[in-house]
Amino acid sequence: MAVPAAYLDAATAAPLHPVAREALLAALDDGWADPSRLYSAGRRAQQLSDAATAAFAEALAVRQDEVSLWPSGTAAAQAAVLGALAGRARHGDTLVHSAIEHSAVLHVARRGKAVEVPVDRLGRLDLDAWDRAVSTPGTAVAALISASHEVGTEQPVAAAADYCAEAGVPLYVDAAQSIGRAPVAPGWSLLSASAHKWGGPPGVGVLIVRKGVRWISPYPQDDLYRPGVSGALDLPAVVAAAASLRAVLAEAQTEAVRLSALVDRIRERVAATVPDVEVVGDPVRRLPHLVTFSCLYVDGEALLHALDRAGFAVSSGSSCTASTLKPSHVLEAMGVLSHGNVRVSLHRGTTEDEVERFLAVLPGIVEKIRQEAGM
Amino acid sequence: MIELDCLGQKCPLPVIQLAKNIRNVEVGDVVRVLADDPAAANDIPAWCRMKQQEYLGSPAPDAYEVRRLS
Repeated sequence: MAVPAAYLDAATAAPLHPVAREALLAALDDGWADPSRLYSAGRRAQQLSDAATAAFAEALAVRQDEVSLWPSGTAAAQAAVLGALAGRARHGDTLVHSAIEHSAVLHVARRGKAVEVPVDRLGRLDLDAWDRAVSTPGTAVAALISASHEVGTEQPVAAAADYCAEAGVPLYVDAAQSIGRAPVAPGWSLLSASAHKWGGPPGVGVLIVRKGVRWISPYPQDDLYRPGVSGALDLPAVVAAAASLRAVLAEAQTEAVRLSALVDRIRERVAATVPDVEVVGDPVRRLPHLVTFSCLYVDGEALLHALDRAGFAVSSGSSCTASTLKPSHVLEAMGVLSHGNVRVSLHRGTTEDEVERFLAVLPGIVEKIRQEAGM
Repeated sequence: MIELDCLGQKCPLPVIQLAKNIRNVEVGDVVRVLADDPAAANDIPAWCRMKQQEYLGSPAPDAYEVRRLS
């Protein structure tokens, strides 16, 4: 009998949590109407929308009127940065960001003035450079990812927030990889997350703008008083996202311990069984579910295809696997090997057996690709 | 010094050429790699670090120099 494929790419999209599936099916029946209408179907949809917003607020320990919902994590991240920049236009026009932000943020940065703050070999923010950058006059907003989506290294959010507070600069934290898996330090002004990273459905982004933070919509707005996308949201998906976040948070600590031990096992075993490999990122201060390594002399695309044939879904930051044909900006910023790169990210359905099978086949697959390249 | 023309080659071929050909120079001698793959600027220094060879820098666009240490 064929062994079922092991999905090890939760950092791209986690499989739908059973609670999300249940809530989605129920909300398809109950939440199809326009929540702004006054007949009973509309009121029912409004109740569902309010309950979802309340659940997000409770889960993220913020006020309900600080929550807005967007059609994706990318949309939420870009609304966060663009809206915060617009709100700070009188104070400055420069965006300070780490070199390892998600491309959603980097694409915004490229549209205006931006200062990039470097990271070290382990992918940790250079806090001295951060301090200098945020305290430079003309800085409007600072953006820091909570933990690297490519290598898992946690960023010093609390310390970075302190420097921002001293300089009077609002801090935006892209928490897409952390929410539902690991705590995020307080002190930020804006935060965004993405439901399909924690097991909610795709197509739901959450943006938090704290009270007192000036945020001006960068998009044409309708007559609503709260920030948000114009037009109808996918309410059933929003309901499922909120329900699954609550469920995921309830099991987050136990899952973090279990997955972190599996990641430790992968880090140790890959380094021990694959010659000429570099396991990257901070081995201790890291996300519980994500590990990345690069194999010398190995074509990343060939490695991904070989692993896929062996029944393992993983992703890569190697240039040959990217639409841009450029290596990952995160690996470059760290100065670590970018070819032969594999990112493995685990989820609540990942079993010890899957990890063991992956670790058993990997050395042979790498060796075969190297042999074919004459190494 | 030897020069390896890896222009037009995709990652990781320039690094593979470097690893194969560095054996052909004496310890202390230099290999120059010509490579225009965007990953080369990152991966040649990374290779030097992993294999304990000395990365001398990029004297010209798409050119990278490595000194054999072992």
